[in-house]
Amino acid sequence: MLELIVFSLLNGLVYGLLLFMLSSGLTLIFSMMGVLNFAHASLYMLGAYLAYTISLKIGFWPGLIIAPLLVGVVGALIERYGLRNVHRYGHVAELIFTFGVAFLIEESVQLVWGRQNVDYREPEILSFPLFTLWGTDFPAYKAFMLAISVAIFIALLLVLTRSRVGLIIQAAITHPNQVAMLGHNVPLVFTGVFGVGSALAGLAGVIAGPALGTFPGMAAVLGSIVFVVIVVGGLGSLAGAFVASLLIGMLQTFAVAVDYSLEDLFAAVGITTSKTSALIDLYTVTVAQIGPILPYLLLVLILIFRPTGLLGKREV
Amino acid sequence: MSAIAPTSPRTGGTFLRRNAIWWVALLFVLLLPQVARSGTSIAVLNQMCIMVIFSLSYNMLLGQGGMLSFGHAVYFGLGGYFTIHLMKMASGGFFMPLPLVPLAGGLAGLLFGLLFGSFSTNRAGTVFAMISLGIGEMIAASSLIFVKFSGGEEGITADRTDLTSLFGIRFRSEVDVYYLIAAWMVLSAWLMYRFSRTPVGRMANAVRDNPERAEFVGYSQKHVRLLSFMGAGFFAGIAGGLFAVNYEIVTEETVNLVSSGTVLLQAYIGGVGFFAGPIVGAIVYTLLQTLLSNYTEIWAFYVGLIFVATVMYAPTGLTGIIMMHLPIYRAGKLRSLALPYLRIGVPALCCTIGVIGLLELLHFLSVRAVGQSTKRLFWLTLNVEQPFAWIIFSVLAVGGFLVARRVAPSVLAAWEAASLHAFGGRAR
Repeated sequence: MLELIVFSLLNGLVYGLLLFMLSSGLTLIFSMMGVLNFAHASLYMLGAYLAYTISLKIGFWPGLIIAPLLVGVVGALIERYGLRNVHRYGHVAELIFTFGVAFLIEESVQLVWGRQNVDYREPEILSFPLFTLWGTDFPAYKAFMLAISVAIFIALLLVLTRSRVGLIIQAAITHPNQVAMLGHNVPLVFTGVFGVGSALAGLAGVIAGPALGTFPGMAAVLGSIVFVVIVVGGLGSLAGAFVASLLIGMLQTFAVAVDYSLEDLFAAVGITTSKTSALIDLYTVTVAQIGPILPYLLLVLILIFRPTGLLGKREV
Repeated sequence: MSAIAPTSPRTGGTFLRRNAIWWVALLFVLLLPQVARSGTSIAVLNQMCIMVIFSLSYNMLLGQGGMLSFGHAVYFGLGGYFTIHLMKMASGGFFMPLPLVPLAGGLAGLLFGLLFGSFSTNRAGTVFAMISLGIGEMIAASSLIFVKFSGGEEGITADRTDLTSLFGIRFRSEVDVYYLIAAWMVLSAWLMYRFSRTPVGRMANAVRDNPERAEFVGYSQKHVRLLSFMGAGFFAGIAGGLFAVNYEIVTEETVNLVSSGTVLLQAYIGGVGFFAGPIVGAIVYTLLQTLLSNYTEIWAFYVGLIFVATVMYAPTGLTGIIMMHLPIYRAGKLRSLALPYLRIGVPALCCTIGVIGLLELLHFLSVRAVGQSTKRLFWLTLNVEQPFAWIIFSVLAVGGFLVARRVAPSVLAAWEAASLHAFGGRAR
């Protein structure tokens, strides 16, 4: 039991911080421009694929740097030449535009790299078990993922709160006109934030690719979860996104380990269920099986009972 | 229009005349199988009609209610599941003629619309979009988990010919099913059109344009949205029910996010600002899907390109483009646009050919067998290892785009001049 808790905690932390790397960029972009970037998870996938190609040519480590930069450039281009033109049609049109871009990125990834999984692996130097507890290995690569995520988190925090750029960004979120009046190039700030947010998504893809698999569906697997994270955390709240990322990360990893169903619960309190009932699915499905829908269930519950999200201020 | 306009008494004659276009539409779809006789074309027509209903129901949300949904397939898919369960239960069991079973899908869509709409219609815009996405994911994932209800990955099947026969029609052939679907399509489209003219439909527009003012008039924006939402759920369920009747199988693919995305693509390409937009969109999309996929494996990419181009350059969709030219056509000024359109059409065509060429070559590189280096494209045999073809296509694509962008303002000016003339110089 202790083994299960420790490893679920660790895995949940790795997964949660990965989610935060995606949701932080998404939240920043949303609070600045009011645009939910539907293509965010597609950029994550693009990062993984680019890193795969780079790792074939010149190795894993250059890919760790180059792939996120490339994805950041792609993101900035999308903002500059796409989103900015669509802006005049309103937020709904912007959302639809990013949806179209997500569709295009996903299709072009399949166009270039094919529809199969690609064999993107962690570097040799990191493929060993870091420690073994109760006979279960904890891979060094996961520790590496953890380290990168924590480093990014701290860097983001420092840049946003301690640096001049961070101050301008924070000001541009709430008072874009005032900031422009002070002589700052607000559209450039927007493009920059969009680019950096995309680069973060790309980096998340680079480090997640070897651990979670690099395949055409990887954007769809994570994309909606990231949206759930930022709604549950509270729209536009970076701290909320952090809490919700960890919460959902833990929720999903712990759910996988719990092999009980409603039937077991009923049996424990002495109620027997009929095997022929039409609701038999509902009783016999285990928590592990419904793991994938738990985040969405959480989303619905949050919307009903706390429409602002965990730490958000604006009503959903 | 307004309360001042005299309303004609609802006698039989005026009913016929007022709905003339619908009778023509009904006649047209009923005669269509006489022209398109082959099995494939009937199959395409069936799919098209189902998609028309689905897209129209989607436009009750996006176009008329201002609600961008990424999870509309939930109601389509659940409608399909409930219909197929009804078909299974009714097969030989009790009196249930096939033409009525889609109603079960409609009711399922309505009820789930009420359920999910009750907490998701508080706001429109981005928030609504995200909630709809969450619900869509939840239902899609659930449909793989609750195997007894949905059949898991294999889906669930039924036999439509087992149901009670009505006047001896057992719906064995696809053509029989076509008439059923087409009748449902015209009926649903007519009902949806009527809905958009009711006070509720009008208030949906008001809430879309300015929710605050609608509230000041005394309407709850939430209730107005919820009513549209339920209506959209109902008709999506009907479409899902017809899907179940037509294909006799419902799988997770009907309810998942890809299906939700498809309906958004269709409606938007057709034009969400017009009632007929989604109809045009569904027809064009289905044609693209069935025809284009004969020629290229990457047809979905082209559809995505068309979609993004629509969002960026023609947000009113295909119908919007047609409507832009209607007054000019009526004024007989369409000819004055021929030359400007030719001027932009040629470079645009070059650009399109270049882009298609590059994409096809790129795709060929990723799928080709070892040692294979030539590809047939546009009746030419191209060698992908030589730079020649790449350069030609790149020049066409980039050059075409640049020239088209250069002449675009003058073409726009020509259109403006023509439409100004069409309106007789009146300020619009």
